[in-house]
Amino acid sequence: MSSDIAIAINRFGLGQRRDEPVPSDAKRWLLDQFAAFEPRPAVLASVPTSVAMAIQYRESLLMIRDALGAKAIPELANIPAMAGPAAAPPSPKAMQKDVQKELREGYRMSYIALASGRIAAAVASPTPFAERLTHFWANHFAVSADKMATVGLAGTLEFEAIRPNLFGSFADLLLAVERHPAMLLYLDQSQSIGPGSAIGARAAMRADAKRKVGLNENLAREIMELHTLGVGSGYTQGDVQELARGLTGWSVGGFVRRPTGIEAPDGAFVFQPDWHEPGVRTLLGARYANNGVGQGEAMLRTLAVHPATAHHVATKLARHFVADEPPPALVARLAAVHLRTGGNLTALYRALIDAPEAWATPLTKFKTPWDWTISSLRGLGMRTAPDARSVGTLAALGQPIWRPGSPAGWDDIAASWAAPDALLRRVEVAQRIAGASGGALDARSLGPQLMPGVWSSTTAAAIAKADSPAQGLAMLLVTPEFLRR
Amino acid sequence: MDLTRRSLLGKAALAGAFALTPRLAFAAAAAATDQRFVFIILRGAMDGMSLVMPVGDPAYSRLRGALALPPGGAVPIPLDSTFALHPAMARTAAMYAAKEALFIHAVASPYRERSHFDAQNVLETGGTAAYALKDGWLNRLVSALPVGREPPIAIAATVPMVLRGTAPVTSYAPSALPEANDDLLHRINGLYEHDPLLHPLWSEAMDARTLAQSGGSGGGTGNASPVALGKLAAQFLSKPSGPRIAVIELLGWDTHAQQSLRLTGQLRQLDAVIGALKDGMGADWSKTAVLAATEFGRTAAINGTGGTDHGTGGAAILAGGAVAGGRVVADWPGLGNGALYEGRDLKPTTDLRSVMLGVGAASFGVDPARLGPALFPGARVTPLAGLLRT
Repeated sequence: MSSDIAIAINRFGLGQRRDEPVPSDAKRWLLDQFAAFEPRPAVLASVPTSVAMAIQYRESLLMIRDALGAKAIPELANIPAMAGPAAAPPSPKAMQKDVQKELREGYRMSYIALASGRIAAAVASPTPFAERLTHFWANHFAVSADKMATVGLAGTLEFEAIRPNLFGSFADLLLAVERHPAMLLYLDQSQSIGPGSAIGARAAMRADAKRKVGLNENLAREIMELHTLGVGSGYTQGDVQELARGLTGWSVGGFVRRPTGIEAPDGAFVFQPDWHEPGVRTLLGARYANNGVGQGEAMLRTLAVHPATAHHVATKLARHFVADEPPPALVARLAAVHLRTGGNLTALYRALIDAPEAWATPLTKFKTPWDWTISSLRGLGMRTAPDARSVGTLAALGQPIWRPGSPAGWDDIAASWAAPDALLRRVEVAQRIAGASGGALDARSLGPQLMPGVWSSTTAAAIAKADSPAQGLAMLLVTPEFLRR
Repeated sequence: MDLTRRSLLGKAALAGAFALTPRLAFAAAAAATDQRFVFIILRGAMDGMSLVMPVGDPAYSRLRGALALPPGGAVPIPLDSTFALHPAMARTAAMYAAKEALFIHAVASPYRERSHFDAQNVLETGGTAAYALKDGWLNRLVSALPVGREPPIAIAATVPMVLRGTAPVTSYAPSALPEANDDLLHRINGLYEHDPLLHPLWSEAMDARTLAQSGGSGGGTGNASPVALGKLAAQFLSKPSGPRIAVIELLGWDTHAQQSLRLTGQLRQLDAVIGALKDGMGADWSKTAVLAATEFGRTAAINGTGGTDHGTGGAAILAGGAVAGGRVVADWPGLGNGALYEGRDLKPTTDLRSVMLGVGAASFGVDPARLGPALFPGARVTPLAGLLRT
């Protein structure tokens, strides 16, 4: 039996659902998903939006102000939202514990609603290739839900900026992401002020160190290093600073405490002209006239179709869909498609489907905890109710949803995920999921259904010796075949 | 075939060590290998000038502005005439007073760009450039030591780059999950028998599980706070036949905005991890060295959002009963005009690799002239001598 179907449903998709027909034409099935994909399926209809999170955040500010007075407010944006290894609770002395606890709880609930929405959408999706692409881009443009301002926002970036732009151009996707409140807050762009801007000049005249305002180059650096050109592609510290200057004034309504900007609706992108650094900018040798918000946009549009960006995106796609060490020939072909089409994402996805490298066996990509959990739930035919439990499972497996801890996102290679302890955790989860399925499924027939053409006879023989249906299912989920895609 | 892949890997690593430096393994075998080494990776670029504040430098308070002093009127702990320690590091300060801790300042890896991810790769591989080496320097250190001990352990669900390589290593993290039953674990052993990736991983997982259980901790100890990671590392390291090298990772040091309170919380945690290691090691603390290092320092000046940006020179901590402490090791370059690296960063005057080599060689009784080329191939690294009591 050919392995094409197994590759389509596992490498490109999120694993076969037990209760749905196995596709008969692998490539056709993938291509049909471009049109069938729903940016906002029913399971995501009621998850919190960035506007709702903005309002919640503003209310938090007022609560704290009431409790403590205005002095404590500037630090709020950086209070870790959840306790844990990645986010320590510094517990500001003055802050009353109950206020803080209540706020945390509110943000935690929003995070869980968003994260369990993501799981439910992935588990139920009839277009799992498109769904995988949304996860890919969410990781490419990672916002980590580690501080209070971003804990409820990280997920909204995926739902509001990535899903609607999945099949457009890379430039449109890039602009939607960089203008989104989650990104602007996460990488400290929302308070970056040009030293030569109206507000910057006024602050400089006061010469008061405590009220110092200025440029923050964090977003600009990560755009060039992670989102577009890629590290080591030849840009300089000077280029980073020029892009940072070009982006000054990009901010978010309702999140920013400084009273010096124009009013904007909570959670909406706002350009603050008085914060924008005046003057012509030079990026990678090209000059950009100062036309306000258009200056930064023009810089991003140029970056989106730069050869280094094409190569960087092609490398990441090839690594995700083909091999940890992406074949150079495939990377070159994908990069050429990017440049020829001006970054047309659908053309890139087509080129991937057309790539013989993507259909090679054996399966070599080791599933991430996310891939593995979703494919397990799909394989056993489950549909998750929104709850905290499966969200917690991902944390226990080492890949808490939207919390990679850095803007680089999660690694996409086996060495980062295939480790002794990680494997043991999967077995523990497999035992629990299999137990929850009630023992009504037969792993002996389910294995070849989920992994058609790649289910080995040694695996089949080992499963056949299981001491119970539930044990057989648990074993199925951690077989060498099912751990890979 | 009754040779496991793990024992094969162990033999291959041993053979590799012989090929490289013929008498190295014997030299080490004869020496005291009862020493312990813990490497704490501070991911995100810890601000060394907030950890060890150069309060005696005339340019310091001008550059740092509102960040020059800790928040809330807390008072820095004086270390010497130039430096003072952040007050969140109370336990480490007590170790410094007891001459069990020292700080290295104006230190950096050879990396001179400003990408976290490339810099962490250099920090962990020990290469001179990012991605030049495919394995970690601690893994190569293990290859230079006698085999027979339990392999080094990452207190994490996955193995960080610094420990990856040909020598067998393992990882262990507290889990909140219910444990899988023994029969299932046994059957999975058979399932992976012929899988070159999964079989060795599974063998390591089973060994670590046995080791954790023999300590009576039962393995699952709830959610992993950094302090719990410190305790767990100490639990492994203090077993007579347990691992001698452990790695802990702490995230969240990238303080671009509102640094003051965030960093206080981070440092408090780091201090608690070091304290948990000391408490957990008991009498073995006297044989222990803990090195905490980060990928690079942060800008000398405060930025526009109450934080600091990616820089170059920074600080590292060396703590433990084996440490010849009570001093700040620094060839201080100063913060005045013209002294800063590229006009913005603390200029590095000490090579972090010389610290790693100095500690590694002294801990495990290996001649640094032989160990150097193994840890840092292609580079000539001079070990920093006298970091440990001998």
